[in-house]
Amino acid sequence: MSDLDTFRAETRAWLEANCPPEMREPVRDDEDVYWGGRKATFKNDAQKAWFEACRDKGYTVPAWPKEYGGAGLSPAEAKVLREEMARIGARPPLSSFGIWMLGPALLHFGTEEQKKKYLNEIARGEIRWCQGYSEPGSGSDLVSLQTFGEDKGDHWVVNGQKIWTSYADKADWIFCLVRTDKNDKYRGITFMLFDMETPGVSTKPILLISGNSPFCETFFDDVKVPKDQYVGEINRGWDVAKYLLGHEREMISGADSSERGAGIGAMLKRQTGELDPVLRAELAMFDVDALAFSAMGEKFLDEVKIGKAHPAQPNMMKYAGTELNKRRHELIMAAGGSAALEWESEETDGGKPARSWLRTKANSIEGGTSEVMLNVISKRILELPGA
Amino acid sequence: MPLYHTDDQTMLSDTVGQFMAEEGAIAKQLRHWRDRDCKDGFGHGLWKQFAEMGFTGILVGEDDGGLGMGHVEAGIVLEEIGRNLTPSPFLTSAVLAGTALQHGSNDVRGRWLPGLVSGESVFAVAIDEGAKHRPERIKTRAEKSGNGFRLSGRKDFVVYGGSADMIVVAARTSGADDDTDGITLFAVPKDVSGMSHDAVRLVDSSMATHTTFDNVELDGDAVIGEVDGGREILNKVLMAGRVGAAAEGVGVARGAMDMTVDYLKQRKQFGKLIGEFQALQHRAAHLYSEVEIARAVTIKAQQLLDAGSEKADLMASVAKAKVGKAAGLAVKEGVQMHGGIGMTDEYDIGLYMKRDRALAEFMGDVYYHAGRVAEMSGY
Repeated sequence: MSDLDTFRAETRAWLEANCPPEMREPVRDDEDVYWGGRKATFKNDAQKAWFEACRDKGYTVPAWPKEYGGAGLSPAEAKVLREEMARIGARPPLSSFGIWMLGPALLHFGTEEQKKKYLNEIARGEIRWCQGYSEPGSGSDLVSLQTFGEDKGDHWVVNGQKIWTSYADKADWIFCLVRTDKNDKYRGITFMLFDMETPGVSTKPILLISGNSPFCETFFDDVKVPKDQYVGEINRGWDVAKYLLGHEREMISGADSSERGAGIGAMLKRQTGELDPVLRAELAMFDVDALAFSAMGEKFLDEVKIGKAHPAQPNMMKYAGTELNKRRHELIMAAGGSAALEWESEETDGGKPARSWLRTKANSIEGGTSEVMLNVISKRILELPGA
Repeated sequence: MPLYHTDDQTMLSDTVGQFMAEEGAIAKQLRHWRDRDCKDGFGHGLWKQFAEMGFTGILVGEDDGGLGMGHVEAGIVLEEIGRNLTPSPFLTSAVLAGTALQHGSNDVRGRWLPGLVSGESVFAVAIDEGAKHRPERIKTRAEKSGNGFRLSGRKDFVVYGGSADMIVVAARTSGADDDTDGITLFAVPKDVSGMSHDAVRLVDSSMATHTTFDNVELDGDAVIGEVDGGREILNKVLMAGRVGAAAEGVGVARGAMDMTVDYLKQRKQFGKLIGEFQALQHRAAHLYSEVEIARAVTIKAQQLLDAGSEKADLMASVAKAKVGKAAGLAVKEGVQMHGGIGMTDEYDIGLYMKRDRALAEFMGDVYYHAGRVAEMSGY
């Protein structure tokens, strides 16, 4: 038996012993997701037990080094763990922007001291992070951001406003792009870290068309940030941001391509009993695209692992994955008929089909619009000319 | 298995790519034979070169003198064939007939495989009856006759049938037209009496036949595999053919896309390179995305087929359908973005459109395979 086979057998046994049956059910709503942080509460004992078992084993962030709270798994071992978790339908024990975004940035750009402190807090689910990028005047053109940090010697005084800050009202700390030099567009931004309880920070949830409020407006009014709380170099935060945007695009597309890559025709047939023939044909064409995209996701992740993927390929994955997901939910609504229109009923679990459908419309906007993705593909991959 | 080519496969791909760009180039093969109104529609000299390179026996077992490689490797050859629009009986002979013959007895393999490996022989397969690929229904019949069979019926879209030294024919030896069982595969030599070809040139300049069997007497040793047990072999032939046609389609798509993207970087209008216009950039980027996905699922299907996975059947249909969509988009966008010049015979982009159309029909089109995906998924 190879080492990897041994690892698989051990992992299987460990999951069997530690993953409660309730944690093998599909995630139904946001309460089923454990985000961690100072204000966090567990939905039930199973969620708590599963989180704690993973935390103690380093499995909230399996591929991170052990000294930062991970399990130090090799890419091959991490893949085995993913496969074994997928096999039993295990939920992620902990979800957070710390894991997906700040962590990778710190692993790449952080000082040893920062890694030890922040990565361990993230891995143990102690601090919940949010991301302060977009501003009311800076969406796709992110680099035009205006939130300003005035240098006061040992600290900055930050003023400005962020928007689309995911779960800012529930987060403990923020990683935030702040302009520190007004004369240099790209080399005048610093990637700051600060506590959301710092005086002058306030948040206001934004009500979306889905009726939910996963995003906030975040206001900074004379917020004092100590001068050692930044990642990378002062005025070079754009490098960190660009690196992270790559990660975000992977997260939005590649990471869940297996779910997005599943066919839906059979499920909708079971739900509705009968499919209009033209709808069935549309579903068949969709399933072809979805199953093909799942192979693309697999290929992409395999190539990322050996550094063979084109650096701009995540943009293609993000574009194709989000457009596919929008189509998926259009078809779910079409198959659901008037039943899928219900907004509050018990039968629809509080309007889940309609709310999810509306939510997916943001997929091709957040983290870079589809149009920006196509711009990047045409410039960086196809090397087409012009600005 | 990771979803990219191994080092050996990458090396093969480089070798094949260079060979095909030189020897299989459009001017040297497709236009050359087309403009001479060649009755074969391909060059036997190149087929011999394929043999020297080992391509013709790529799927043939080492015991039978071949390379004993898999569908990933055959797909590498096919992708380059597609990219260069190289007219070649590779898909029909080495992949389709080759797969059928693998299931033949020692005698059958000994009779036909050496000619394939050496490049002396060209094979065709006769499956379709009617203008659309519907292999579930087979009407062509072979009745018991003495020690052998008497074959009657008509087959369509027999690609390179007129040039073939042997045609693998799927015929019914028992049961009704729509039955799954009761199919037998026969290796029918070219010189049998009662077989006649109505040869037609197709839109892409390739040659195919409507082939009629009028009481063709066959020896018992013409049977490939078991009598009445041909459906299983046929399904393997179909899977190999679908995945192979998908691989060639990926090559067609990439060839057309590369050519078009190059053109966007050269052609000037309104004082600008047309590749600077965002309307074209976005369409080109979308096309890139579709072609990448089509290529990924094609390699996935090849790997599943080589691994003998039961998922191969589904993924073969997904691949054929997805490539049909992506390659169709590539050639249509290709001609449109080339503008007027794209409509001329002198320019190659139109040849890609023609080849794509023929390849789209071969082994079942997008609609057929999307329908199969639905059925196999349970709706």
